[in-house]
Amino acid sequence: MSKKENFLKGFFKENPIFVFLLGMCPALAVTATFETSLGMGLLVVFVLTGSNIVVSLVKGFIPDQVRTPAYIVIIATFVTVVKMLTFAYAIELYDALGVFLPLIVVNCLILGRAEAFASKNNVVDSAIDGIGMGLGFTFALVVIGIFREFLSTGGIQWGVYLPFFVDQPIHLFTLDWIIHLWNDGFVIADYGLAVFSLPPGAFIALGIILASFQFKKTRQDKREIEAKKLLIIEKKRIALEKKKATAIKLAKAGE
Amino acid sequence: MSFTVFATAILSAMLINNVILMQFLGICPFLGVSKKSSSAVGMSAAVLFVMVIASAVTYTIYDLVLYPFDIPYISTIAFILVIASLVQFVEMVIKKFSKPLYKSLGIYLPLITTNCAILGVSEGNITGIWTETTPYWEGLFTAVSVSVGTGLGFGLIIFAFSSIREKLDGSNVPAAWKGVPISLVVAGIMSLAFLGLAGII
Repeated sequence: MSKKENFLKGFFKENPIFVFLLGMCPALAVTATFETSLGMGLLVVFVLTGSNIVVSLVKGFIPDQVRTPAYIVIIATFVTVVKMLTFAYAIELYDALGVFLPLIVVNCLILGRAEAFASKNNVVDSAIDGIGMGLGFTFALVVIGIFREFLSTGGIQWGVYLPFFVDQPIHLFTLDWIIHLWNDGFVIADYGLAVFSLPPGAFIALGIILASFQFKKTRQDKREIEAKKLLIIEKKRIALEKKKATAIKLAKAGE
Repeated sequence: MSFTVFATAILSAMLINNVILMQFLGICPFLGVSKKSSSAVGMSAAVLFVMVIASAVTYTIYDLVLYPFDIPYISTIAFILVIASLVQFVEMVIKKFSKPLYKSLGIYLPLITTNCAILGVSEGNITGIWTETTPYWEGLFTAVSVSVGTGLGFGLIIFAFSSIREKLDGSNVPAAWKGVPISLVVAGIMSLAFLGLAGII
């Protein structure tokens, strides 16, 4: 596997949430808005990369029987670092994530990568794997977050939980301006599907997104099966023609 | 320390703030183990058992060790280590004293270490119940009541969901929705129903 493949596999082919269904708790709990999902994803990237690097560095020293507790302690250390950094620099994000910030420790994705990849590969590969998988996780969270925030408020906001680069919360994207072309007093946020910002909406939104992924996959599978069938029919036809040709040749030779 | 505290904590943790449908803790066993009713019951019994012990132990450690020695910031590391060793310990004790219980719970116990519901409840007890002035026994009592309610709520939902899922296996679902997507939508509808209980306390 080349380094580029190693980096890119986390996005579609081995996406932790959409394909392996790992780390579903944060995928449902913190994706009410785009910002919280992005924040959670970036924290996971940091923890995953750090733990992958350290695990691949110490893989020779840890006895096999106690490796899972040792990995958990390494991960918990990075989570504590991340918790303190978030508390210091983004207190709004810290409050919004709540209990799910310390719960990164038991995220199956991180322990899974330590166990399946970092304990068998060298430092550089493990770091690349950590960044790639973490960004794949972030990508999945952000897709769910944008879907939910857009349906519940009609726009995407920036600056509420991650107060970087802007002084005031701004709208990255909103549908208001289209409707303002013919109706000035209309505010789309009043007509959002508020259920998508509540717990039931999380389940339903993730269900819809997973179903669309599965739909694509089933259609691809169907196409592949049909292509195979066509290939078999074609081969049979060619074989039959060859047989006929040889039979005619034999008949001619007989004459 | 009264019956009212106990009843309120259990009711609110079980129905109103349900651990799976409202707080999204323990989604992995919810989707993974809930294919058969029997395994769902085994899993939820094991979770209830470990959750009560773990929340009592972690609360004690936080109140009597971490806070007095001024190191509350390592609570995450301490809690996960305590839970991991506790699960092993419980497994050994059950194996020694009750063979039938070990047979029914044994295979679920190792899975519990990485069940976020346990660590989530332990952390939630600290942020929600613990304060500097709460007497130790009172806080411990509330923490244990909340964890009993949470464990019961976990069992209730996982059992109800496994019953629905057994029906769902036989029904004619479009290919794209088969498996996890339709289960998530069913969970969403259940969650919508539980949202209606929000006003009873």
